[in-house]
Parts: sequence; structure tokens; C-alpha cells
Amino acid sequence: MGERHLVPDSLTILQALEYAGYRLIRGVGCRGGFCGACATVYRTAGDYHLKFALACQTRVEPEMQLAMIPFYPGQRATYRLSELAGTPEEVLTLYPEMLRCYGCNTCTKSCPQDIDVLGYVSAIVRGDIRSAADISFDCIMCGLCVSRCPAELVKHNAALLCRRICGRGIAPRSPHLRQRVEEIGSGRFAADLAELRQASPEELKRRYNGRDIEPGD
Amino acid sequence: MPYPSSLQESLAKVVSTRERRLKEDFPRAGAAARDQLLKENHPDYRADTFATLRLGPNAGDKTPRELALLLEAAPLLDTAALNLASPDYDCDVLIIGGGGAGCAAALTADDSGSRVILATKLRLGDANTMMAQGGIQAADKPNDSPAIHYLDVVGGGHFANDPALVEALVTDAPEAIEWLEDLGVMFDKNPDGSMKTIHGGGTSRQRMHTSRDYTGAEIMRTLRDEVRSRERVTVLEFSPAVELLTDSTGAVTGAVLLNLNLHRHYVVRARTVIVATGGSGRLHYQGFPTSNHYGATGDGLVLAYRAGARLAFIDTMQYHPTGVAFPQQIVGQLVTEKVRSLGAQLLNAHGEQFIYPLETRDVVASAIIRECSRGNGVQTPVGGQGVWLDTPMIEIRRGQGAVKHELPAMVRQYARFDIDIAREPIIIYPTLHYQNGGVRIDPDCQTGIHGLFVAGEASGGVHGRNRLMGNSLLDVIVFGRRAGRTAANAARKQIREPELTLNHLDRWRRELESHGVTPAAKSPLILPDYTRRES
Repeated sequence: MGERHLVPDSLTILQALEYAGYRLIRGVGCRGGFCGACATVYRTAGDYHLKFALACQTRVEPEMQLAMIPFYPGQRATYRLSELAGTPEEVLTLYPEMLRCYGCNTCTKSCPQDIDVLGYVSAIVRGDIRSAADISFDCIMCGLCVSRCPAELVKHNAALLCRRICGRGIAPRSPHLRQRVEEIGSGRFAADLAELRQASPEELKRRYNGRDIEPGD
Repeated sequence: MPYPSSLQESLAKVVSTRERRLKEDFPRAGAAARDQLLKENHPDYRADTFATLRLGPNAGDKTPRELALLLEAAPLLDTAALNLASPDYDCDVLIIGGGGAGCAAALTADDSGSRVILATKLRLGDANTMMAQGGIQAADKPNDSPAIHYLDVVGGGHFANDPALVEALVTDAPEAIEWLEDLGVMFDKNPDGSMKTIHGGGTSRQRMHTSRDYTGAEIMRTLRDEVRSRERVTVLEFSPAVELLTDSTGAVTGAVLLNLNLHRHYVVRARTVIVATGGSGRLHYQGFPTSNHYGATGDGLVLAYRAGARLAFIDTMQYHPTGVAFPQQIVGQLVTEKVRSLGAQLLNAHGEQFIYPLETRDVVASAIIRECSRGNGVQTPVGGQGVWLDTPMIEIRRGQGAVKHELPAMVRQYARFDIDIAREPIIIYPTLHYQNGGVRIDPDCQTGIHGLFVAGEASGGVHGRNRLMGNSLLDVIVFGRRAGRTAANAARKQIREPELTLNHLDRWRRELESHGVTPAAKSPLILPDYTRRES
């Protein structure tokens, strides 16, 4: 972040900042690569390329110059999923700017998850919600792709909408799930559970140790 | 080649035994063997690492020293500068914590028409829920039932679980899955729409529902998006609670928040309060590394305890058997149990199995600790130890590409350090993962303190002394929803405007004094300090 610090080369970027004395509030979250809080841009000596990483998952390098981008402004459309039909047109009505994409692929190059960002943006543009959901699935919504987009797209929010539409309605629902919810509603298992609830620890142990176990795959 | 030459000999043994092991089923341990394994090896049984609480509702109970220090601490809040007469915020239901339980509670309280404020330490969704990989349990297949699920839960919990809480957990489970699907969570499915389900440690049916190995993240980002689409819900980020507020009868009536960016306190008046602050892995019990989120410092337990709530099972923590032991940069981070669900075996330095891979977590963790203490562990290049987890077996058993498809997060995590887990095994060791206990609740998430409700990892009783994989994501949804509903109902009945005092702190200070306890810390901790200490 423009300062020079001497740190052990075994550390991650996040650990190196802490080693240098930063007690972080922003730019740190799960510390396991799942939350997108520690998105970082950096350059290394003798290389003009911008590089992108999660600070918690990336080892420091000599002469690395870096800045964390803990937040990047982006609009989120207003909607209630339950009131949407889940059509491709709705996605493009809520996020019309997706049509401004001109395919430069800078987003894909900036993704620390190596997601084919342009691939899912293209899927949204051609109305293929299922592919957009599938390709974007590993997105941690760090916003680095947004920060680099010359068309100013907030694509991770559009992808989230696609995944929610897909989960709610495009993939076929599970008949066994609906049936089980109805069975529970009608009290089918209440007696079994009442019996277990009142069983002595010895009885529970006997049943537990003797229970049949479904073979794995 | 990522593994140094010192590990090559052991690695070669893993490869050479693989063909034989593919046909080899290590026997499950019997009940007596399991008990002995735990007593001799599990960190919960290391008596010298525990302290006995001297005051409060759990006086006389044992808990890890690190937690005792904070439970018996002085309040962090400087009450002198605080003006309780004109609260900064007013609401029906205040939810403290923005993880899975907090967000589920916010949604159901909002459904009930309550004015909801959700305050959270860091960003909305910054929580252990986001990091849960393996899956979520629900007995929704024809060969399964809530009663079978119940038996697995109490057996895994060593028959100590609160029966009413377990009944609620397993009974609500299928509906919880359906609710998540309605919100747009993408579960892994077969082409006909049926759920792809697998085993977890200690399950007797394949009832683990997954979203690749981003199950928690998929649930969390969906809940977060739904909370953001609710106009009546106010979200306050970077605003952890530093104290609860009570009225003259001892009922909880709000909280004091600390905005971490502005260093300012805000007073929230509420008719009911839900504590959904999660766990405490960042206290690093017994010096263990942790798989937990940066903010998992047990704040909710401290606040509820000072307000008079009783805790349960605070003498038992979960050490996940498979934390990363190498490479050093990600030590302690989680390797999902799904790796074993998919068929990977655990091996010692000689390439031999030593435990059935899908015993419950406490048993597997104990077996790994024992294997290493017997000198059969793998020495990592930085002085640690661990055992092999033979990930290439998944690829052999399930076909080429299976690892990449089922475990994209794991593949990515290791690829960043040049290890291809589809081709090379990995080295793991137990990591501090879950707080089995917490604030004692009933099935409506009531705590015995009027106005105070608790849900999720901050609660205690659901999982007894050991939680099964896939029952934590289930817990946060089931009890988060229950807390939201019951807190909203209770708020509606609370006609009188809540009175705001800090009387319980006066009582707390008097109790510290009368027990002759000089607090050695201030609490809540809020965040751990990993800045370098001058030595």
C-alpha cells in the first residue's frame, strides 16, 4: 500500500500485513478463501502486468507492490425473487447494462477464482440463465472484475440473480423432498420421535450401536 | 514438485499401497474403542487446559482457560460516556450477528411484520456459515426418516444432547431445505430433480445435501441477497455489540454497538434481542490453529452470560480432523469432510489406514492425534506433523474429473500452492472448528432471560458433546428461523416501551468483587490480534 516492509517470505499477503503491524478491520474476513473481503491488486518487480489475488491465499513475493480493495461500489437491482417469473428478459431488465459488454475479457483476467467471467456475462446476454449460474458458481463476489470493467458492469450481482433463479425454478424440484415435508406436516413421524425423546440413554445406545448403515457409493 | 524430498519416501508408500487399499475397508470402531480413543487423545480431556468458572450462572463448571478469561473479564464498554436516554436506533427485533442464523432470523422476523435491525461485526455474511463446505443434512429420502436422523445426532453427540432440540432440528430439516430452495439455493441434483446426497461422518443414511464444496457460501450469499431485498430490515455493518441492555426486571431490551470504523457507540432499543454471534475458534483453545472466521471470538457468550443467561456444554469443542497441515501458509484451514465422503482414506506415514474414515469427527481427530503421538505421523518441512489424506482415490473411484467437479474450492486452495489434489495426497491435522456448546436454549430459542433469544453456534444443547457434519448449516437455518418467529411474536406482545439500563453490569461488578476476582482481561474480544509481538 505504498509503504515498504520487510517480512518473512513464507507469509501470505494477509499475514505479512499483520506482521508489519496492521490490525485489520477491512480487507479481512474468513481467512480461508471464501468471503472475498481481501481482494488485492499487485505488481511484481520488472513486470508491468497488474495481478489479482486473495490476500489470505497468496504468498508474498519480493518487491511486491500491493493494495487491498475491500469494497468496490456497485449497484444491486431491487427485486423480490418470489415475485419474479425467472425469465432471461427479467435479468436483462434488472441489469440492462449487461448488454454493454463488448467482450474485452478483462474481467476473466482479473478473477482470483479463475472463473470464466466473460463466459457467464455472455450467457446472460444470450439468455442462458442455467449456464450463467453454472459458470459463475464459484464466485465469491470480491468485486475485482467490477473494478476492472470498462463497460462498468456489476456482473457478480447479475450472476447471483441467475443462480437464485436457477435454484428456485429452472432445475427440477425434488418430489421426495415435497413428499417428506407433507408427511412431517401430517404428523407421520411424531410418535417415533416422541418415543426416542423419552428413551433411556441405554436404550438409545443399544439402538445407535445396532443401527443399519446404508452403504456408500 | 511441491513436496520436499524428505516426504518422498512416505509419499511413495502411499502410492504403492493404493491399489490394495482401494479394496480394503478399515473396520468401524466399537463403542468401547471409541470411548477409549477419545479419553486418551481428544483435547477435551486435557484437564490442565481447563479452568473452573468462579461466578455467574455456570459457577463451578469447567471451560477452556481462554474462554474463562473472557467470561470472567471486566466489561470493555466505558459506561460513563454513554447516553441511554435517547437511543440512536429503535426496533422490534434486534439481531446481533449477520451469519446464517442471524440472516435466517431476520427473514422470518421480517415475514412476521417486525421492524428488524441486524447488527454485525464485519460485513453482512462474514461468518463461519460462509466457510462451511461439506453440506447440510435433512432426512428427505424414502429410506430415511427424522427418527433415523435423530439417532445419528444423539449418537454423535454422545447421548448428551437436549432431546427437544434434536427433535426440532430433525423435524424442521426437510422444510428448511425446501425454504432454501425457494430462496434460490442451488443444491446438487440428479437430472430428474432428486437430490444428490452423500454420507458424512457418523451418518447412517446418505442425507448430506451439497452445493459442490461451496455449500455454506451458496446458502450465505443467497440469504444475504434476500436480506438486502427486504426494505424494512436495517443492516448495520462493522457494528459488533459490546454490551446488552436490560430493564429493571433484568429483561434484555437492546444493546450497545461499537462502530469499528468510526469508533463510536450506538444505543439500540429493542423489544426483543436475538444473539446469533457464532463461535469462538479465534480464541485458539490449547494453541490450536482454527478453521474459523476472523470474527469468531465468542462475544455473544460473554454478553449473554453477563446478562444472566446459562451456558451449556462449554467444556467441549470440536476439532475438525482434517485441517491443512501443509503448506504452511494455509495451516489450520479446513479440508472438507466431503473429501472422505467421496472416498478418500486417511493414512499414516507408512501408507496404511488407521481409522475408518467416516467415524464421527471427535473420534477421527483423536485417532489422528494418537497416530502422530505414536510416531506414525508425517513430519512436515516446517516442524509440524500430520497424516495423509489420499485424495487421488476419489478420482480413481468416481472417474476422471470428479475431484474438480465435486471439490472446486479444495482444488483451487491447493493449486495456489502448486499441489494438484486429484493426483497427489495432502497432509492434514486436526484444527479447532466448532463450539459444541453455548447459551442454553429451548426449541423456541428462549434462554430463560426475558427478551433474549439465541440461535446457531452461539447456542448450546443441540449437538451435545460432538456435532455431526452437515448439522451446523442445518442448525443455523432451523433455529435461526425459529428465533426470528418467536422473537417477533414476543416483541408484538411487548406493549410497553422498553426501559434501558446497564444494571446487570453493576450486578456483575459486585459479583466479581464478592468472589475476589480481579479481571485479567476486558471483553468482548471483538477481534483477535495477529500483529507481530516484539520478542
